[in-house]
Amino acid sequence: MSKFQKKRGKSSPEISTASLPDIIFMLLFFFMVVTVLRDASLKVSVNVPNATELTKLEKKSLVNYLHIGKPLDNYRELYGTKPSLQLGDKIAKISDIPLFLEQHRNTVPENQRTGITASLKVDGEVTMGIVSDVKTELRKANQLKVNYSAKPRVD
Amino acid sequence: MGKTSSRDRVSNEINAGSMADIAFLLLIFFLVTTTIDIDKGVLVKLPPWSDEPPPELELNERNVFSVLVNSENQLLVRDQLTDIGELRERAKEFIMNPAGRPDLSKSPKQAIVSLKNDRGTEYKTYLEVYNELKAAYNELREEEAQKRHGKSFEYITDDERKAIRKDIPLVLSEAEPSDFGEE
Repeated sequence: MSKFQKKRGKSSPEISTASLPDIIFMLLFFFMVVTVLRDASLKVSVNVPNATELTKLEKKSLVNYLHIGKPLDNYRELYGTKPSLQLGDKIAKISDIPLFLEQHRNTVPENQRTGITASLKVDGEVTMGIVSDVKTELRKANQLKVNYSAKPRVD
Repeated sequence: MGKTSSRDRVSNEINAGSMADIAFLLLIFFLVTTTIDIDKGVLVKLPPWSDEPPPELELNERNVFSVLVNSENQLLVRDQLTDIGELRERAKEFIMNPAGRPDLSKSPKQAIVSLKNDRGTEYKTYLEVYNELKAAYNELREEEAQKRHGKSFEYITDDERKAIRKDIPLVLSEAEPSDFGEE
């Protein structure tokens, strides 16, 4: 009897909480990493050209992406083979750009709106026709900061 | 008796000391394996849109460096068929005009680069041309910074940088593309 009593008295039923902060941090970092990676799935094939005079785009929340390229194989039936514009996660018309920009603008705090950049991810093989149309539309929507996305060139 | 008590101590607590290590290990694993692609590109400022046609400017022809890219991705620089590899050097010579030639820009401040392409021009070529022109300006600014301050353009103060930018301004005007060669 005495043996049993002793045992129960000595053992503490509490779970150690010393590792809890670590677990929380781990989860935090995990979600940080994962949320950055989540991106709209592309319906057009975009292989950006190379360039040397590159600028990094710092704040991701201030950037909106416009993809231009030929539709991927499994979307060919739906959208044809002509170079198309993708806004967010769907193929769009050029006239949809102002609304798209406005929707993004509303998510940005007012004092940061001048820093909004439009990142044009354009396939190298696309002809300038559609790119010029997009540029004209951006100018009309007063979105003048534009970044031609490119890969660094290794000389 | 001594034996039982030592067994009790072991089974009652999970060793939490290694938990932190495991957490860090996982963290490092995710950090290494995930590639957060940083978006890089050529930053451009577009001119504001106006419905009226732009005013006709009287420009001295010597101050204009015209670059035409046709739908065959060929380059016509100042009415001369040019290879893209020569573009940067020609632009630099035009802007600074070190020999004081009468047919090149009067001063860097007055130099204007005019870029025009067809609708059928490949985007790749367009961006390459744009990149070369920007590179020409960046190189000239770098040289100027070395001459004035003996330091790289990156490491001089903001005011010094502004002064150089003012003396070698990048004026690039893009014309509306002509309708050739659209797919």
